[in-house]
Amino acid sequence: MGIPYILERGQVGANPKSRGLGSMHAAEFSALVFGTSLLAGFLGSLTGLGGGVVIVPVLVLLFKVDIRYAIGASLVSVIATSSGAAAAYVREGLSNIRIGMFLEVATTLGALLGAYLTAKVSPHWIAIIFGLALLYSAFASFRKQADHAVNSPNALAERLELRGSYPTSSGEQRYSAQHVPLGFGIMFGAGTLSGLLGIGSGAVKVLAMDQAMKLPFKVSTTTSNFMIGVTAAASAGIYLARGYIDSGLAMPVMLGVIGGSMIGSQVLMKANVATLKMLFAVVIVALGAEMIYSGLTGRI
Amino acid sequence: MPSFTDKEMEIEIGLMLRIGVSVSAFVVFVGGILYLIRERMLPDYAHFHATADHLRTINGVLHGVARCDAASVIQLGILLLIATPVARVIFCVVGFARQRDRLYVAVSSVVLAILIYSLMSGNR
Repeated sequence: MGIPYILERGQVGANPKSRGLGSMHAAEFSALVFGTSLLAGFLGSLTGLGGGVVIVPVLVLLFKVDIRYAIGASLVSVIATSSGAAAAYVREGLSNIRIGMFLEVATTLGALLGAYLTAKVSPHWIAIIFGLALLYSAFASFRKQADHAVNSPNALAERLELRGSYPTSSGEQRYSAQHVPLGFGIMFGAGTLSGLLGIGSGAVKVLAMDQAMKLPFKVSTTTSNFMIGVTAAASAGIYLARGYIDSGLAMPVMLGVIGGSMIGSQVLMKANVATLKMLFAVVIVALGAEMIYSGLTGRI
Repeated sequence: MPSFTDKEMEIEIGLMLRIGVSVSAFVVFVGGILYLIRERMLPDYAHFHATADHLRTINGVLHGVARCDAASVIQLGILLLIATPVARVIFCVVGFARQRDRLYVAVSSVVLAILIYSLMSGNR
């Protein structure tokens, strides 16, 4: 009875006189949000699209939560999943801590700007930008995972020690970063989006490293994941001070997403995720379209 | 003495991150139980009015925890979670110093300064 029940309440919420979910008990609400977050975390880790990206639209569209509270709760869950997953990635030895740390200067500065902008930009615009970010992340997940890695030394990258090697089937493969200023600039944008929307913006981080800096795809994805937690922490302090992080909402979201992504990473080894990934991408596109529509029509 | 390799640094970071997430999830869970036992009414999330003042600063949260306030206990768990990536950056500053990589001691110190600026923003 979960979803129809919420929808029914949601329609009540559409009436401006009504308080939406106001008549629901705290325990009931927490259980529904926990269950939804569990599913989002599970699908997010299974498909590699991240759970945080669907939390905000689901809370806003289905549970009628104000977008600022939704962004605050989502950001908390993003820090949790990034830190949890990073622990698993470091053992593979694919992430590059120097490249990550250098680019974190850009993402954390961007995150400060983004968190500052959440108070300036109207919720309509945040919803529209959020919708576009959802559409992009669905699109990016189907891009070919071709390696553009190059090993030609680049003066700036050498000076900044932005190079490394990673194990492949044909031995150690060396790589060196290219187009460092462009990558740094895109990372600043990724940080701003992360701070504005309360998401990890992993897709844009991968774009900067894989497409712009020509780093190997695997190195890009694992280093991106490593950076997400630090980027999110930079806006989290400001969110907390502004009162965006509500404990009653963040609690079920955080615990649900952590639980779901733990289950997801266990199942990942055995499951064929191609169909699931397609389905989840369709859900993300639908949520993105709905966010844009709601933002344009002023319903958010 | 063998030098401290990137790989060793990453493994220690991985362990630290996992401990940080587990501890904070546990604290949030305990706070969540308290919250669900005591709270019946659902707050109005449909309209934004910012959380209570004492939940927005580190000091306020610590005072709330001393009073056994459920929301403050959850907020403490969230603060511990936010502190986890900060601890990772501190760890990198130390790790790069052990490697005598001055450039990256500087780079990670800049990142740390940005994070501390953000965390202190509510306490000014």
